[in-house]
Amino acid sequence: MASRALAAEVASSQMTNNKSKPGSLLIRNGHVIDPASKIDAVMDVLLRDGHVAEVALPGKTKGTAHEKFDAKGLVVAPGFIDIHVHLREPGQNYKESIATGTAAAAAGGFSSVCCMPNTQPVVDSSEWVSWLQHPDRGAVVNVFPIAAATKASKGAVLTDFRGLQRAGAVAVTDDGKPILGDDIMRETLRLGAELNFPIIQHAEDTRVTANCSMNDGPTAFRLGLRGMKTSSEGSVVERDVQLAHQFNGARLHVAHLSTADALKAVRRGKRNKVHVTCEVAPHHFTLTDADIRDYDANFKMNPPLRSAADREALIVALGDGTVDAIATDHAPHAPHEKIIEFERAAFGITGFDTAVALAITRLNVGAKIPLARIVELFTAGPARVLSLTGHGTLARGAHADVTIFDAKKRWTYDAAKSRSKSHNTPFDGWQLTGKVVSTIVSGRVVYSGD
Amino acid sequence: MTEPKAARGSLLGIEHLSASEIMSILQLAKRMNPRKIRPLLRNKRVLLLFYEASTRTRSSFEVAAKSMGAMTTLVLSSGSSIEKGESLLDTGYTLRAVGADLIVIRHPSAGAPQLMAQHLDIPVVNAGDGMHEHPTQALLDAYTILRHKKTLKGLQVAIVGDIYHSRVARSGVHLLSKFGAKITLCGPQEFLPETAATLAPGLHIVRTAEEAVHGADIVMVLRVQKERLAGTKISLQDYIARYQMTMARLKLAKKDALLMHPGPIIRGLELTWEVADCPQSAIVEEVRNGVPVRMAVLAKALGKAR
Repeated sequence: MASRALAAEVASSQMTNNKSKPGSLLIRNGHVIDPASKIDAVMDVLLRDGHVAEVALPGKTKGTAHEKFDAKGLVVAPGFIDIHVHLREPGQNYKESIATGTAAAAAGGFSSVCCMPNTQPVVDSSEWVSWLQHPDRGAVVNVFPIAAATKASKGAVLTDFRGLQRAGAVAVTDDGKPILGDDIMRETLRLGAELNFPIIQHAEDTRVTANCSMNDGPTAFRLGLRGMKTSSEGSVVERDVQLAHQFNGARLHVAHLSTADALKAVRRGKRNKVHVTCEVAPHHFTLTDADIRDYDANFKMNPPLRSAADREALIVALGDGTVDAIATDHAPHAPHEKIIEFERAAFGITGFDTAVALAITRLNVGAKIPLARIVELFTAGPARVLSLTGHGTLARGAHADVTIFDAKKRWTYDAAKSRSKSHNTPFDGWQLTGKVVSTIVSGRVVYSGD
Repeated sequence: MTEPKAARGSLLGIEHLSASEIMSILQLAKRMNPRKIRPLLRNKRVLLLFYEASTRTRSSFEVAAKSMGAMTTLVLSSGSSIEKGESLLDTGYTLRAVGADLIVIRHPSAGAPQLMAQHLDIPVVNAGDGMHEHPTQALLDAYTILRHKKTLKGLQVAIVGDIYHSRVARSGVHLLSKFGAKITLCGPQEFLPETAATLAPGLHIVRTAEEAVHGADIVMVLRVQKERLAGTKISLQDYIARYQMTMARLKLAKKDALLMHPGPIIRGLELTWEVADCPQSAIVEEVRNGVPVRMAVLAKALGKAR
C-alpha cells in the first residue's frame, strides 16, 4: 500500500474515533481474582466511563450503575491478554481478518491481543502498525501490534524501532523466523534496551530443522517424518539469554517455549537477573508428539508437540512462576493448507476458542495449579511482559477490561461454531471444563455466551 | 494408536495389521499363479498413481492386476495435472471419478496414502510412502523367507544399512516382530538413530556388520544413497569399510542364511558383486515373489479373495 494513502487514512481515523460513551456497569457477587491487586474474594466491580471505578465487598460500592450483572458463582478477572496471535492482515484475509480474529478472541475471553507481523507484507513500518489499529479493521478487542525486528523479517537490517514504538508497536520480533545471526541479535537487543522495547524471539535453529515437520523422537521415527530436536530450541534460548545479559535493560521474551532445555536456559537467565520472560501455548501443555494421529495436520505446529517429559516440565514451570504468560499462538489456516500431506501442510493451529478451557482443564483440574495463578498467566503476567499499562488488572483507573468465566462448567468444543474464519484445531469435539461467560472491553460487553 | 480410517481392503501399512491378517494374505499368495490368468478382477479398474520413480513395485503391481483380468491405468506425477499443482486429494477424487475401483499409490510424503484413504470410498494400497512404510515389500519378503524357512518365529534377522530413510526397514521390522523374529539393526548413527529401537519390542542395535551378521538366519541389506552420506560425518569409503556386505562377512551368518535386498541394489556400495549373485542371494526371487503377493493384496482389497 502507498504510504501516503495509508497516512491519510490514519489521520482521518483520529478524527472519527469518537465512539459512544460506554456508561456504567456493576458486576455483582462474582469471585474476583485479580492477581495484580492480590484480590481473590467475592466482590463487586464497578466499571464507569471505560475504566474500573471501584472494587468493593458485595453491596459496598459507593457509586451506582446503569446496568447490573449478577456474577454469582462466576469468576470475575481482569480482561485476558493473548500476546501471541496471528490475525493474518494485511494480506491473508482468506485465513482470518482482524474483525473475525478479534471476534473469536472475545469469545475465548480475551480483551486484548498482540498480533504478529508475519503477514503479507510483513509489518515492518510505522504505517502498517497504524493501519492495524485503524477502526476500519473492525477489531472488537484491543489490538496491540508487534512489529518486525528486521526489514521484511529477513534477519539482515533492523527496522526503525523508535518509529514503530511511537506508532504503537509493543514489541518487535521476526516470529516464524528466528533472528539467528549473533551480530544482528546483539544489535536488536542493544537498541531494544535503549528504548525499553521487548524483543520476542521464535527460538529455533533453522539450520538444523530444515524439512522437519514434527518433534524428533519415537513417534517421528515410526511415522517416517523428520524430527526437530529439542536442542534446536534450547541452543537459541541459551545464546539469547547470554546476549541479553550483555546489555543493561535488554528485554528478551521467548515465544511459545516448548522444551525442558529452553526452560533451563530461562531459569538460569532469571537467576542471573537477565530480563528474560517466556510464554507457553495451551497445546504444548496439553498434547505430546505421541498424540499425532493419522498424519492429521491439525496436530502440526511450530514449535511442534514435544515429548511427555517436556510437557511435564512446562506444567511445573507454569505453576512455579518460571513461565510468565499463556499465549495461544492462534494460527488460522485454510483447509487447502492443512488437509494435505503432513510434511507439506502449514504449521499452526487456532487457539482462541479453547485456551482458557484447556488451562482450567489441564492446569487447574488436572495439575492442581491454583486458579489465581492461571488467571495471572492470562492477565498480570502477559501485561508485564509487554508493559501493557492499565491492562491485566482491576486496579482503580485501569481500563474496564473484564473476563467473566465459569470455572466449573463442562462443555464440548465444536470447532464449526468458531467465530474464526479457520477451524484448524486438534481439539474439535473435546470435552472441557471452564467456559467464558462474558468478555468486556473498555466497559462494553463484546462477548456474551450462553 | 488406533487403526487409521480407510475403506475396507485398504493396505496402508504393516503396523496396524494383525499376525493373522498377514498370514491370510501370504496364504492366498501361495495360491496365486501369475502364469495362469484367473479373471478374479474382471472389469475392475486399478489406478496406479506414482509420484516417485519405481521399476519393481510398479511393474509388479501392474502384472499382478492384469494377471487377474483387471484394467490398469498408470498415472505419473510428471506429465499429469499434478505438475500443474493439483492437490493429492483432488487427484484422488479425479481418479475416483474416472472409475477407479482401487488406487495403488507411491508418494514421497509419509502418510499420503492414509490421507487419500481417509477421503475416498475405495481401497487404497500403499506402494511406498516417504520414509514411512512399504507394506507389500515386507509381505513379499516374509513370503520369500517362508519359502526357505519353516517359520518366522525365532529367526535371527540382521538388517544392515540406511534404516532411518528406509520404509522397507520400518515395514519389515513391524512384520517380523509380530511373528517373533529376533531383529538386529545395524548401521552408523546417521542411518540408525537410537530411537529406531522403539519401533517394535525387542529390537537390538549394533554398530558393526560383523556383530549383526553373526549367526543370522536372514541378512537383509538396504540400499545406501551416496547423496545421503554427503551430509554426514561418515565417508563413502568408511561406510564401505565398515558396513558393506562382503562374502567374508556373510560367512559369519548361518550356513543356510538367506541374503535379501529390496532393490535397487548398488553393487560395490552396500554389497559386493559376489554377494549379490551368491547362491544364498534371494534378491531376484524377492522380485519374482512380488507378483503373487501383490495379486493376493489386490484380490483381498477388491473382495475377491475366495
